[in-house]
Amino acid sequence: MSQTIPKQPIEYNMKVVRQFTVMTIIWGIVGMALGVLIAAQLVWPELNFNTPWLTYSRLRPLHTNAVIFAFGTSALFATSYYVVQKTCQVSLFSNKLATFTFWGWQAVIVAAVITLPMGLNSTKEYAELEWPIDILIAVVWIAYSIVFFGTLAIRKTSHIYVANWFFGAFIVVIAMLHIVNSFAIPVSFTKSYSIYSGATDAMVQWWYGHNAVGFLLTAGFLGMMYYFVPKQAERPVYSYRLSVVHFWALISLYIWAGPHHLHYTALPDWTQSVGMVMSVILFVPSWGGMINGIMTLSGAWHKLRTDPILRFLIVSLSFYGMSTFEGPMMAIKSVNALSHYTDWTVGHVHSGALGWVAMITIGSMYYLVPRLFNQKEIHSIKLVNIHFWLHTIGVVFYIVSMWISGVMQGLMWRATNSDGTLTYSFVESVQASYPFWTGRFIGGVFIVIGMLIMAYNCYQTIRAGRRETAAGNVVQTA
Amino acid sequence: MSSFWSAWIIVLTLATLVVLIWLLRWNMKNYTHIEEGQEMDHEFDGIVELNNPLPKWWTYLFWACFVWGFLYLALYPGLGNFNGLLDWKSSNQDIRSLEESRQAMKEAHEKGMIVEYDRAIRSAEEKYGPIFEAFAQQPVNELAKNEDALDVGQRLFLQNCAQCHGSNAMGGQGFPNLTDNDWLYGGEPDDIKTTLLQGRQGNMPAFSGQFSDKQITELANYVASLSGRKRDADLVQAGKANFAVCSACHGQDGKGNQQLGAPNLTDNVWLYGGSINKIEETLKHGRNGVMPAWKNILGEDKIHVISAYVYSLSNEE
Repeated sequence: MSQTIPKQPIEYNMKVVRQFTVMTIIWGIVGMALGVLIAAQLVWPELNFNTPWLTYSRLRPLHTNAVIFAFGTSALFATSYYVVQKTCQVSLFSNKLATFTFWGWQAVIVAAVITLPMGLNSTKEYAELEWPIDILIAVVWIAYSIVFFGTLAIRKTSHIYVANWFFGAFIVVIAMLHIVNSFAIPVSFTKSYSIYSGATDAMVQWWYGHNAVGFLLTAGFLGMMYYFVPKQAERPVYSYRLSVVHFWALISLYIWAGPHHLHYTALPDWTQSVGMVMSVILFVPSWGGMINGIMTLSGAWHKLRTDPILRFLIVSLSFYGMSTFEGPMMAIKSVNALSHYTDWTVGHVHSGALGWVAMITIGSMYYLVPRLFNQKEIHSIKLVNIHFWLHTIGVVFYIVSMWISGVMQGLMWRATNSDGTLTYSFVESVQASYPFWTGRFIGGVFIVIGMLIMAYNCYQTIRAGRRETAAGNVVQTA
Repeated sequence: MSSFWSAWIIVLTLATLVVLIWLLRWNMKNYTHIEEGQEMDHEFDGIVELNNPLPKWWTYLFWACFVWGFLYLALYPGLGNFNGLLDWKSSNQDIRSLEESRQAMKEAHEKGMIVEYDRAIRSAEEKYGPIFEAFAQQPVNELAKNEDALDVGQRLFLQNCAQCHGSNAMGGQGFPNLTDNDWLYGGEPDDIKTTLLQGRQGNMPAFSGQFSDKQITELANYVASLSGRKRDADLVQAGKANFAVCSACHGQDGKGNQQLGAPNLTDNVWLYGGSINKIEETLKHGRNGVMPAWKNILGEDKIHVISAYVYSLSNEE
């Protein structure tokens, strides 16, 4: 591979990348541990200790906010700042604004950690934070856009690398979604009401909600994939033209998909149909990304045997392919009639979040940590391998439990007797779900143990790096 | 929806699909000046991209999805005000009352439109209606001995009544226990059926304006003593003096009045709790009990079967 070597070494801003990288790991543990706690509460309700702020209702939004916005988004900040600098061969557009995005974003998360257990909640799923925090999010996001697009503008390369298309789309669309969905009339410092009402409110909410999945959890992480997969595999990206088609098709289809969250509701029929059609077609460009990532391994498949970091990245793509097949199927109205409101949805979300998002992030973090902290490689590859197996087993346990309980719930709810009455009452379906909720809890425990091992491994790497730096040795990294 | 917005939706939807088809076709050809399978002429931090063609099977999948998408939008509502060739609807939308709903159902049926909800209702009525009609021929107390009817009644109860009265029908605070043969509005088959069909409104007025806290405590002690509970004799005596006000509904002997739904105060069954505290609360702030009317929701025949089930709970052989 040819490598353009700049005449003078570029002074990249790696400080902000290091900060976000460390926080990604910390928030990952917090968010996933919260998930395990609330999974346990479903099986053993007494685990809320009769304390309002420890109840499922308040910790569930904290769990989702912590994994999406604290863990996932910190990872996107870290990798987008790293990738945009490396692939544009230029330092960040503004170090001051970049520093602001780090502290501003951490302030948002701390505010969430305080207000959600207090029960302050705008009642919009994945957009629960109240209006003063929403404003802070908007300000930080605008600063992020300036840093990212400013860096693209002053790039030293002629083209813009595909990873940056995805990061760029994610940043622009999340700004739009967040601002439009959060319009509200404040009645006090801690309470506001959405300016939309009825079916319109529901539609705006799920236009936001599904595209938080589409742009934050998909487009953003595809940006991550397009840098770290070819880097770790040391292979060229499979197809430039495939990346062109799947990028434009993905972003123009995702934005329509929201109504599939509102099948068989008061939403007009035409909206449901359009949402369903676009969701189903979306399956093809989604797989375009998976193909391009996995086929990048052509000629390097043997590396999977020895490199658990690459294994994390490639298995994440398999989960991505699986959940982007499952999603469009669940968007079909007749399938949705069975799956909606059941654990199947929860399983689908987690095969995306734990399989795709978490695994691509973990792989990328294992790539980044040694390079950011003056080390040649991670402290222990063996521990990475153990983490890989713990995580994979945990995710499979989780998803399979939810598939079984989800399909079972759907079938129980629709079962009728010969007289037309329902065969099961709702509580009976709850009772039948307990074994699977226990299974999910066990899967979650595996995953959190893996994350703790990762934290130890990264801590040791960073410590070794600090020692070398103190001794004045600069380890040459790729 | 106005024709402007309808056109807006049609144009936006079709344009999106058409542009995507163009995008796919454009990228199926090699428009770059690089040979297929070779590296593109840009690299980023050591990453190069190959100019490989799109996988064939993947493009076929894309075409298949487009064809299906257009077909679906032609058959079903999706393109603005266009109803689709099947004239299909999930339900009659913009309905604001039961009368409007029935009217719309009739019209849709006459015009031969496919309204999925209406069809489901009609086919359920055709299929299950006769079963319930047959049950409705038997009087409630007879039906209460019919095991099949009781099974059906129990299922209907679990789906419609258990939310308030509990899966075991034993109620909870504010929701009557239906298994103890203690009735607010009467336990004869017809009483039960009337309660279910028309609902009930129980109203205990608040007495905090009329009586002092001390008087309320005295009254509460007297009321508790009516069920044979041992209370301070002085308080009971003082409370009795004011009970005349209560006797208007609950009767002089405190045995209640089923015409009004005024509970019997002498049987130690307490709808809102029997502790002195709870009785005081009831006296001070009053209570409002609401049993909804089910006639329009379930229809008379099903209510007949539920009545038999509820009747059987207190009248087992």
